Amino acid sequence: MLSCAVMPKPRTLFEKVWDAHRVRELPGGQVQLFVGLHLVHEVTSPQAFAMLRELGLPVRFPERTCATVDHIIPTDSQARPFSDELAEAMMGELERNCREHGIRLLDTASGEQGIVHVIGPEQGLTQPGMTIACGDSHTATHGAFGAIAFGIGTSQVRDVLASQCLALAPLRVRRIDVSGKLATGVYAKDVILSIIRKLGVDGGVGYAYEYAGPAIEAMSLEERMTVCNMSVEGGARCGYVNPDETTFDYLRGRPKAPQGEAFERAVQWWRSTASDPGAHYDDVVALDSSAIAPSVTWGINPGQNLGVDENIPRPAELPEAQQASAAEALEYMKLGGGDPIAGTPISVAFIGSCTNGRLSDLREAARVAQTGHVAKGVRTLVVPGSQEVARQAIAEGLDEVFRAAGFDWREPGCSMCLAMNPDKLAGDEICASSSNRNFKGRQGSPQGRTLLMSPAMVAAAALKGKVVDLREVL
Amino acid sequence: MAERRIDSVSGGACVIRGDDIDTDRIIPARYMKEVTFDSMGEHAFEDDRAAAKGDHPLDAERYQNAAILVVGQNFGCGSSREHAPQALLRVGFRAFVGGSFAEIFAGNCTALGLPCVTLAKRDLDALMDSVELDPTQEVGVDVEARTVTSRAGVMTAGVPEGTRTQLLDGTWDATAQLLSAGSAIEDTAAALPYLRDFAE
Repeated sequence: MLSCAVMPKPRTLFEKVWDAHRVRELPGGQVQLFVGLHLVHEVTSPQAFAMLRELGLPVRFPERTCATVDHIIPTDSQARPFSDELAEAMMGELERNCREHGIRLLDTASGEQGIVHVIGPEQGLTQPGMTIACGDSHTATHGAFGAIAFGIGTSQVRDVLASQCLALAPLRVRRIDVSGKLATGVYAKDVILSIIRKLGVDGGVGYAYEYAGPAIEAMSLEERMTVCNMSVEGGARCGYVNPDETTFDYLRGRPKAPQGEAFERAVQWWRSTASDPGAHYDDVVALDSSAIAPSVTWGINPGQNLGVDENIPRPAELPEAQQASAAEALEYMKLGGGDPIAGTPISVAFIGSCTNGRLSDLREAARVAQTGHVAKGVRTLVVPGSQEVARQAIAEGLDEVFRAAGFDWREPGCSMCLAMNPDKLAGDEICASSSNRNFKGRQGSPQGRTLLMSPAMVAAAALKGKVVDLREVL
Repeated sequence: MAERRIDSVSGGACVIRGDDIDTDRIIPARYMKEVTFDSMGEHAFEDDRAAAKGDHPLDAERYQNAAILVVGQNFGCGSSREHAPQALLRVGFRAFVGGSFAEIFAGNCTALGLPCVTLAKRDLDALMDSVELDPTQEVGVDVEARTVTSRAGVMTAGVPEGTRTQLLDGTWDATAQLLSAGSAIEDTAAALPYLRDFAE
């Protein structure tokens, strides 16, 4: 028999998705890649639409484009016009651009507004095997479904609007095998913080991260989103989890997911996009999740984190390459090397963001909140990730749990993760934050200080007025 | 749509030391509430400059008119905001030399025709020392030859081949090139199971 079957070469999910979306090779080893879903928000799109207008070009695939408003939206009242004229102008621009180009806009009136990385998944727009792009670095979030999702800048937003394509060089793939079982009080946030601590904030440059292993497989989709979300904090442009029954169960019945018999056909294909056994990885790293403690950042990048039961490192104890950065961090944070991180007083607590603003995050935080009352002098913000998250939380009475404990329950948006709206730190306030970045000035005050941690840890810190070990509260 | 070849950049250089300098530091988010990039240059490194009380490299007389910014490792990490390179472009920078660059930042720079090239640690240290010692010298970034030339010598620089090709071919402003694929774009879309077999 001459027709002997040739076994196809085993491929990773990344390679399969890449190959399926390849329009053509470009000179210099880049590939023109089709973008299956383009998500748009108000901050990084106006200049892109303006360039498109200048070039006289239409949006090539308006039906594969979806917009919302999240970064600049106030969380006390979303009534129009916004009191901030600049924010109102940006909103007006987005509305005009979406109207002109026939792009669906999930605004506050739609009842489906929210952080772009929360609404894509909850609408069922985000699906396995897709390429996704958005003018936001946390687009990596969508990799939780087995999509390859790229954060892009505004010129590339223009490119995607005009051509539905990106010019990209292929990435290498690093598989991160997470074994073990998370201890009580340890969350997906702690897993990704530990990964970044281990591999460094630039360890992922040039890589896509494939998160795998029993601890990842045991996670809900929302937990996987938390992990993939912070891939970019580890330098990886995207991160993903192979789709499985958890993924399909999450998508079943979502408004923009295939329905009925089409859903079953979709599952068949989605399943086929997962990495093959025997696929080649450029690197493999192992991590035991049962050894992870609730984690807190002590510095000015997300890799500068430790278990809540550890002491802040003295710069001299660190590898030489990290010493200058650690000294700079301690000076900015006004923290002492050798001191325990537990007990650090906080003045603000922020629960929300595309990292940890979903229903399960609010549930975990509420579980802690109901055990006490916010400490005197601590300002709090609980910001659901979307209007849908808010509705579900309210239906479960979580808003009342938070309010009864003295927390400030807000409207959905990015809020104090990056403080482009009125939610800001003042002076050198320290914020226990469930967000993703502890950069200098990130939360709106040039001297503001951020301690990243899980939402439950933030709630515990709010109750005690200081960083505490969640395991002692639960 | 630009078709301008960028093979080299030369001029004065400015050194900003430190690793992991993120885009929030390059342009704080509160200044992004604009529908154009026009005012970004006014706020480049604003908080760092305020904290340095006039002692920031961008405020130093000796570095005025610098066209090349020399930085450490993982420069431009964090947010995808193109506002960061747009701000540095407006300050006058035309190329970046560093230990390494965050990928989205580097991609944004390429899209603006601003080369980001990397040097080995030892070379980078020598270049930084040299520029700080003699800020009047001219530094050359040669994309085609993959070199950085200064009084510290001619150093081999890294630049990804795809980026190098875009700069040399003048296709760094990628829109025209991407559109030239024509109906191949629709053909690729039509073959995707999620657009063909089980579309919403």
